[in-house]
Amino acid sequence: MRKNLLVLALLISAFALNAQVKVGDKAPDFKLTNTDYKKVALSDYNDQEGVILIFTCNHCPYAKFYEERINLLHKSYAPQKFPVVAINPNDSVKFKTDGFSHMVAKNYKFPYLLDNEGVYKEYGATKTPHVFLLNNTGKGFKVAYIGAIDDSPQEASQVKVKYLEDAIKSVKAGKEASPAITKAIGCSIKPFQ
Amino acid sequence: MKQFTLLLLISITLFAPLKAQEPEEITIDQLLNRIKQSGDTLYVVNFWATWCAPCVEELPMFESDELLQSEDRIKVLLVSLDFKSQKEKQLLPFLNKNKIGQEVLLLNERNPNEWINKINSEWSGAIPATAVYHQNKQVFHEGEMNLTQLLKLVSGINQ
Repeated sequence: MRKNLLVLALLISAFALNAQVKVGDKAPDFKLTNTDYKKVALSDYNDQEGVILIFTCNHCPYAKFYEERINLLHKSYAPQKFPVVAINPNDSVKFKTDGFSHMVAKNYKFPYLLDNEGVYKEYGATKTPHVFLLNNTGKGFKVAYIGAIDDSPQEASQVKVKYLEDAIKSVKAGKEASPAITKAIGCSIKPFQ
Repeated sequence: MKQFTLLLLISITLFAPLKAQEPEEITIDQLLNRIKQSGDTLYVVNFWATWCAPCVEELPMFESDELLQSEDRIKVLLVSLDFKSQKEKQLLPFLNKNKIGQEVLLLNERNPNEWINKINSEWSGAIPATAVYHQNKQVFHEGEMNLTQLLKLVSGINQ
Protein backbone atom coordinates (compact mmCIF):
# COMPACT_ATOMS: atom_id res chain seq x y z
CA MET A 1 0.00 0.00 0.00
CA ARG A 2 2.76 2.37 0.95
CA LYS A 3 4.45 1.57 -2.30
CA ASN A 4 1.26 2.33 -4.20
CA LEU A 5 1.01 5.67 -2.48
CA LEU A 6 4.60 6.40 -3.39
CA VAL A 7 3.95 5.53 -7.01
CA LEU A 8 0.86 7.72 -6.95
CA ALA A 9 2.83 10.59 -5.42
CA LEU A 10 5.53 10.16 -8.06
CA LEU A 11 2.94 10.14 -10.82
CA ILE A 12 1.28 13.27 -9.48
CA SER A 13 4.60 15.08 -9.18
CA ALA A 14 5.48 13.97 -12.70
CA PHE A 15 2.27 15.45 -13.99
CA ALA A 16 2.70 18.62 -11.98
CA LEU A 17 6.15 19.01 -13.51
CA ASN A 18 4.82 18.62 -17.00
CA ALA A 19 1.63 20.60 -16.54
CA GLN A 20 1.77 22.78 -19.57
CA VAL A 21 -0.70 24.37 -21.89
CA LYS A 22 -1.52 22.19 -24.83
CA VAL A 23 -2.04 23.16 -28.42
CA GLY A 24 -5.61 24.42 -28.67
CA ASP A 25 -5.71 25.66 -25.07
CA LYS A 26 -6.43 29.23 -24.12
CA ALA A 27 -3.17 31.16 -23.67
CA PRO A 28 -2.67 32.26 -20.05
CA ASP A 29 -2.66 36.06 -19.73
CA PHE A 30 0.33 37.90 -18.27
CA LYS A 31 1.32 41.42 -17.32
CA LEU A 32 5.05 41.79 -16.79
CA THR A 33 7.65 44.55 -16.68
CA ASN A 34 9.44 45.36 -19.91
CA THR A 35 12.99 46.72 -20.24
CA ASP A 36 11.54 50.27 -20.37
CA TYR A 37 9.91 49.65 -16.94
CA LYS A 38 6.44 49.68 -18.49
CA LYS A 39 4.10 46.75 -18.10
CA VAL A 40 3.21 44.65 -21.12
CA ALA A 41 0.17 42.36 -21.12
CA LEU A 42 -0.94 39.75 -23.61
CA SER A 43 -4.20 41.67 -23.94
CA ASP A 44 -2.21 44.65 -25.32
CA TYR A 45 -1.95 42.53 -28.49
CA ASN A 46 -5.65 42.07 -29.08
CA ASP A 47 -5.35 43.99 -32.36
CA GLN A 48 -2.73 41.55 -33.69
CA GLU A 49 -3.33 38.25 -35.49
CA GLY A 50 -1.09 36.46 -33.07
CA VAL A 51 1.98 36.60 -30.86
CA ILE A 52 5.27 34.71 -31.05
CA LEU A 53 5.88 34.18 -27.34
CA ILE A 54 9.44 33.06 -26.58
CA PHE A 55 10.78 32.16 -23.14
CA THR A 56 14.45 32.95 -23.47
CA CYS A 57 17.37 34.40 -21.52
CA ASN A 58 20.84 35.84 -21.89
CA HIS A 59 23.17 33.22 -20.40
CA CYS A 60 22.12 30.05 -22.23
CA PRO A 61 24.18 29.15 -25.32
CA TYR A 62 21.07 27.84 -27.07
CA ALA A 63 19.34 31.16 -26.41
CA LYS A 64 22.42 32.91 -27.80
CA PHE A 65 22.34 30.77 -30.94
CA TYR A 66 18.83 32.04 -31.59
CA GLU A 67 19.22 35.74 -30.69
CA GLU A 68 19.80 36.88 -34.24
CA ARG A 69 17.13 34.55 -35.61
CA ILE A 70 14.59 35.91 -33.09
CA ASN A 71 15.43 39.48 -34.18
CA LEU A 72 14.81 38.46 -37.78
CA LEU A 73 11.53 36.74 -36.88
CA HIS A 74 10.26 39.96 -35.32
CA LYS A 75 11.41 41.98 -38.30
CA SER A 76 9.60 39.67 -40.75
CA TYR A 77 6.48 38.89 -38.79
CA ALA A 78 5.66 42.05 -36.79
CA PRO A 79 4.47 43.73 -40.04
CA GLN A 80 2.37 40.60 -40.64
CA LYS A 81 0.70 41.07 -37.24
CA PHE A 82 2.67 38.29 -35.52
CA PRO A 83 5.15 40.22 -33.34
CA VAL A 84 7.63 38.62 -30.95
CA VAL A 85 7.25 38.94 -27.18
CA ALA A 86 10.19 37.52 -25.22
CA ILE A 87 10.06 36.56 -21.54
CA ASN A 88 13.05 35.89 -19.32
CA PRO A 89 12.06 33.57 -16.47
CA ASN A 90 15.50 33.14 -14.89
CA ASP A 91 16.73 34.32 -11.52
CA SER A 92 19.68 36.70 -11.84
CA VAL A 93 21.12 35.45 -8.56
CA LYS A 94 21.72 32.11 -10.24
CA PHE A 95 22.73 33.60 -13.58
CA LYS A 96 24.13 37.10 -13.28
CA THR A 97 23.84 37.85 -17.00
CA ASP A 98 20.10 37.12 -16.86
CA GLY A 99 19.63 40.21 -14.67
CA PHE A 100 17.42 43.11 -15.68
CA SER A 101 20.27 45.47 -16.64
CA HIS A 102 21.60 42.80 -19.01
CA MET A 103 18.13 42.46 -20.51
CA VAL A 104 17.97 46.23 -21.06
CA ALA A 105 21.39 46.11 -22.73
CA LYS A 106 20.08 43.69 -25.38
CA ASN A 107 18.13 46.61 -26.84
CA TYR A 108 15.63 44.35 -28.55
CA LYS A 109 13.03 45.84 -30.88
CA PHE A 110 10.36 43.72 -29.18
CA PRO A 111 9.32 43.54 -25.51
CA TYR A 112 11.72 41.57 -23.33
CA LEU A 113 9.82 40.94 -20.12
CA LEU A 114 11.06 39.95 -16.71
CA ASP A 115 9.05 37.02 -15.37
CA ASN A 116 9.21 37.25 -11.60
CA GLU A 117 5.65 35.97 -11.28
CA GLY A 118 6.00 32.43 -12.59
CA VAL A 119 4.24 32.98 -15.92
CA TYR A 120 6.59 30.35 -17.38
CA LYS A 121 4.91 27.83 -15.08
CA GLU A 122 1.45 28.61 -16.39
CA TYR A 123 2.69 27.92 -19.89
CA GLY A 124 4.74 24.94 -18.78
CA ALA A 125 7.94 26.32 -20.28
CA THR A 126 10.83 24.25 -18.98
CA LYS A 127 13.79 25.69 -20.78
CA THR A 128 15.20 28.55 -22.78
CA PRO A 129 14.49 29.03 -25.59
CA HIS A 130 10.94 27.63 -25.56
CA VAL A 131 8.42 28.94 -28.10
CA PHE A 132 4.64 29.24 -27.82
CA LEU A 133 2.84 30.52 -30.92
CA LEU A 134 -0.39 32.23 -29.92
CA ASN A 135 -3.25 32.68 -32.35
CA ASN A 136 -5.73 35.50 -31.84
CA THR A 137 -9.09 33.88 -32.46
CA GLY A 138 -10.99 37.11 -31.90
CA LYS A 139 -12.21 35.65 -28.63
CA GLY A 140 -8.81 35.57 -27.00
CA PHE A 141 -5.48 33.91 -27.72
CA LYS A 142 -5.11 30.19 -28.23
CA VAL A 143 -1.91 28.16 -28.28
CA ALA A 144 -1.24 27.07 -31.87
CA TYR A 145 2.27 25.65 -31.66
CA ILE A 146 4.80 24.72 -28.96
CA GLY A 147 8.49 23.95 -29.28
CA ALA A 148 11.47 24.81 -31.41
CA ILE A 149 12.17 27.64 -33.82
CA ASP A 150 13.81 25.39 -36.40
CA ASP A 151 15.73 22.13 -36.82
CA SER A 152 19.30 23.38 -36.54
CA PRO A 153 20.07 25.23 -33.30
CA GLN A 154 23.83 25.29 -33.66
CA GLU A 155 24.11 26.32 -37.31
CA ALA A 156 21.65 28.87 -38.65
CA SER A 157 23.04 28.21 -42.13
CA GLN A 158 22.11 24.52 -41.90
CA VAL A 159 18.41 25.04 -41.21
CA LYS A 160 16.24 22.80 -43.35
CA VAL A 161 12.86 23.01 -41.59
CA LYS A 162 11.57 26.24 -40.04
CA TYR A 163 9.02 24.73 -37.65
CA LEU A 164 7.84 28.04 -36.18
CA GLU A 165 7.53 29.89 -39.50
CA ASP A 166 5.69 26.92 -41.00
CA ALA A 167 3.30 27.04 -38.03
CA ILE A 168 2.69 30.78 -38.55
CA LYS A 169 1.94 30.16 -42.22
CA SER A 170 -0.53 27.41 -41.32
CA VAL A 171 -2.28 29.61 -38.77
CA LYS A 172 -2.47 32.48 -41.25
CA ALA A 173 -4.04 30.10 -43.75
CA GLY A 174 -6.60 29.05 -41.14
CA LYS A 175 -5.06 25.60 -40.79
CA GLU A 176 -3.63 23.72 -37.84
CA ALA A 177 0.14 23.71 -37.43
CA SER A 178 1.80 20.46 -38.40
CA PRO A 179 3.83 19.52 -36.49
CA ALA A 180 2.11 21.42 -33.69
CA ILE A 181 4.71 20.31 -31.14
CA THR A 182 8.45 19.93 -31.57
CA LYS A 183 11.29 19.21 -29.17
CA ALA A 184 14.38 21.31 -28.63
CA ILE A 185 17.36 21.30 -26.31
CA GLY A 186 17.64 24.21 -23.93
CA CYS A 187 18.81 25.36 -20.51
CA SER A 188 16.56 24.47 -17.56
CA ILE A 189 14.69 27.49 -16.26
CA LYS A 190 15.95 28.61 -12.85
CA PRO A 191 13.09 30.79 -11.60
CA PHE A 192 12.81 33.47 -8.95
CA GLN A 193 11.93 31.90 -5.62
CA MET B 1 60.03 -10.75 -21.33
CA LYS B 2 60.01 -9.84 -17.68
CA GLN B 3 62.01 -6.77 -18.50
CA PHE B 4 59.56 -5.82 -21.19
CA THR B 5 56.64 -6.15 -18.80
CA LEU B 6 58.44 -3.99 -16.29
CA LEU B 7 59.14 -1.40 -18.97
CA LEU B 8 55.52 -1.51 -20.02
CA LEU B 9 54.37 -1.03 -16.44
CA ILE B 10 56.69 1.90 -15.96
CA SER B 11 55.58 3.57 -19.14
CA ILE B 12 51.92 3.09 -18.24
CA THR B 13 52.47 4.66 -14.84
CA LEU B 14 54.41 7.45 -16.44
CA PHE B 15 51.99 8.29 -19.19
CA ALA B 16 48.64 7.45 -17.66
CA PRO B 17 48.29 10.71 -15.73
CA LEU B 18 48.96 12.66 -18.92
CA LYS B 19 46.20 11.03 -20.85
CA ALA B 20 42.78 12.57 -20.30
CA GLN B 21 39.88 10.72 -21.82
CA GLU B 22 39.00 11.58 -25.39
CA PRO B 23 35.22 11.38 -25.69
CA GLU B 24 33.89 9.27 -28.50
CA GLU B 25 31.34 10.96 -30.76
CA ILE B 26 28.10 9.04 -30.79
CA THR B 27 24.62 9.28 -32.31
CA ILE B 28 21.50 8.47 -30.29
CA ASP B 29 20.97 5.25 -32.27
CA GLN B 30 24.54 4.17 -31.54
CA LEU B 31 24.03 4.97 -27.88
CA LEU B 32 20.79 3.01 -27.67
CA ASN B 33 22.35 0.05 -29.50
CA ARG B 34 25.19 -0.03 -27.05
CA ILE B 35 22.75 -0.02 -24.12
CA LYS B 36 20.68 -2.74 -25.77
CA GLN B 37 23.72 -4.99 -25.87
CA SER B 38 24.55 -4.33 -22.24
CA GLY B 39 23.35 -7.69 -20.92
CA ASP B 40 22.81 -7.45 -17.20
CA THR B 41 24.54 -4.12 -16.71
CA LEU B 42 22.44 -1.21 -15.47
CA TYR B 43 23.17 1.98 -17.43
CA VAL B 44 22.88 5.46 -15.98
CA VAL B 45 22.90 7.95 -18.85
CA ASN B 46 23.22 11.60 -17.94
CA PHE B 47 22.76 14.33 -20.54
CA TRP B 48 24.85 17.37 -19.66
CA ALA B 49 27.10 20.09 -21.07
CA THR B 50 29.96 22.21 -19.79
CA TRP B 51 27.87 25.32 -20.50
CA CYS B 52 25.01 24.06 -18.30
CA ALA B 53 25.73 25.21 -14.75
CA PRO B 54 23.24 22.95 -12.94
CA CYS B 55 24.57 19.99 -14.96
CA VAL B 56 28.14 20.69 -13.94
CA GLU B 57 27.01 21.07 -10.34
CA GLU B 58 25.56 17.56 -10.23
CA LEU B 59 28.39 15.77 -12.09
CA PRO B 60 30.25 14.68 -8.93
CA MET B 61 27.14 12.74 -7.95
CA PHE B 62 27.53 10.58 -11.07
CA GLU B 63 31.08 9.75 -10.02
CA SER B 64 30.26 9.01 -6.40
CA ASP B 65 30.78 5.66 -4.68
CA GLU B 66 27.21 5.90 -3.42
CA LEU B 67 26.01 5.58 -7.01
CA LEU B 68 28.72 3.33 -8.43
CA GLN B 69 28.36 0.78 -5.65
CA SER B 70 24.62 0.89 -5.44
CA GLU B 71 24.29 -1.94 -8.00
CA ASP B 72 26.28 -5.02 -8.87
CA ARG B 73 26.86 -4.08 -12.48
CA ILE B 74 26.45 -0.41 -13.15
CA LYS B 75 27.84 1.77 -15.91
CA VAL B 76 27.64 5.54 -16.05
CA LEU B 77 27.65 7.31 -19.41
CA LEU B 78 27.97 11.08 -19.38
CA VAL B 79 26.59 12.19 -22.73
CA SER B 80 27.82 15.70 -23.43
CA LEU B 81 25.72 18.10 -25.48
CA ASP B 82 28.67 20.40 -25.93
CA PHE B 83 29.12 21.75 -29.42
CA LYS B 84 31.50 19.78 -31.56
CA SER B 85 33.28 22.98 -32.50
CA GLN B 86 34.03 23.49 -28.80
CA LYS B 87 35.43 20.02 -28.17
CA GLU B 88 39.11 20.98 -28.06
CA LYS B 89 38.66 24.39 -26.52
CA GLN B 90 35.98 23.67 -23.96
CA LEU B 91 35.14 20.02 -23.34
CA LEU B 92 38.59 18.39 -23.19
CA PRO B 93 40.10 21.01 -20.84
CA PHE B 94 37.03 20.66 -18.60
CA LEU B 95 37.36 16.87 -18.40
CA ASN B 96 41.06 17.23 -17.71
CA LYS B 97 40.69 19.88 -15.05
CA ASN B 98 37.86 18.14 -13.22
CA LYS B 99 39.41 14.68 -13.61
CA ILE B 100 36.16 13.18 -14.85
CA GLY B 101 36.58 9.43 -14.43
CA GLN B 102 33.31 8.07 -15.83
CA GLU B 103 32.99 7.59 -19.56
CA VAL B 104 32.10 10.75 -21.45
CA LEU B 105 30.51 10.64 -24.92
CA LEU B 106 29.99 13.58 -27.23
CA LEU B 107 26.58 13.62 -28.88
CA ASN B 108 26.75 13.80 -32.65
CA GLU B 109 23.26 14.88 -33.70
CA ARG B 110 21.84 17.85 -35.60
CA ASN B 111 18.10 18.13 -35.04
CA PRO B 112 16.91 17.71 -31.42
CA ASN B 113 13.32 17.24 -32.59
CA GLU B 114 14.39 13.98 -34.20
CA TRP B 115 16.27 12.41 -31.30
CA ILE B 116 14.82 13.70 -27.99
CA ASN B 117 11.80 11.41 -28.23
CA LYS B 118 14.06 8.40 -28.78
CA ILE B 119 15.26 8.86 -25.21
CA ASN B 120 11.88 9.63 -23.66
CA SER B 121 8.68 11.14 -25.03
CA GLU B 122 8.17 13.04 -21.76
CA TRP B 123 11.45 14.89 -22.14
CA SER B 124 10.95 18.54 -23.12
CA GLY B 125 14.63 18.92 -24.00
CA ALA B 126 15.84 20.76 -20.90
CA ILE B 127 19.12 19.57 -19.43
CA PRO B 128 20.24 18.09 -17.14
CA ALA B 129 18.27 14.94 -17.83
CA THR B 130 18.99 11.38 -16.74
CA ALA B 131 17.82 8.04 -18.09
CA VAL B 132 18.40 4.68 -16.40
CA TYR B 133 18.31 1.48 -18.43
CA HIS B 134 18.26 -2.11 -17.24
CA GLN B 135 17.50 -4.92 -19.64
CA ASN B 136 14.41 -3.66 -21.44
CA LYS B 137 13.28 -1.18 -18.85
CA GLN B 138 13.85 2.54 -18.64
CA VAL B 139 13.17 5.25 -16.07
CA PHE B 140 13.74 8.90 -16.79
CA HIS B 141 14.14 12.19 -14.94
CA GLU B 142 14.22 15.71 -16.42
CA GLY B 143 15.98 18.38 -14.39
CA GLU B 144 18.36 18.39 -11.49
CA MET B 145 18.44 15.75 -8.79
CA ASN B 146 20.10 15.23 -5.46
CA LEU B 147 21.85 11.97 -4.60
CA THR B 148 18.84 10.56 -2.76
CA GLN B 149 16.62 11.16 -5.79
CA LEU B 150 19.19 9.64 -8.12
CA LEU B 151 19.57 6.49 -6.00
CA LYS B 152 15.80 6.21 -5.82
CA LEU B 153 15.57 6.52 -9.60
CA VAL B 154 18.19 3.79 -10.04
CA SER B 155 16.74 1.38 -7.51
CA GLY B 156 13.22 2.15 -8.73
CA ILE B 157 13.81 0.63 -12.15
CA ASN B 158 13.45 -2.93 -10.84
CA GLN B 159 10.55 -2.36 -8.50
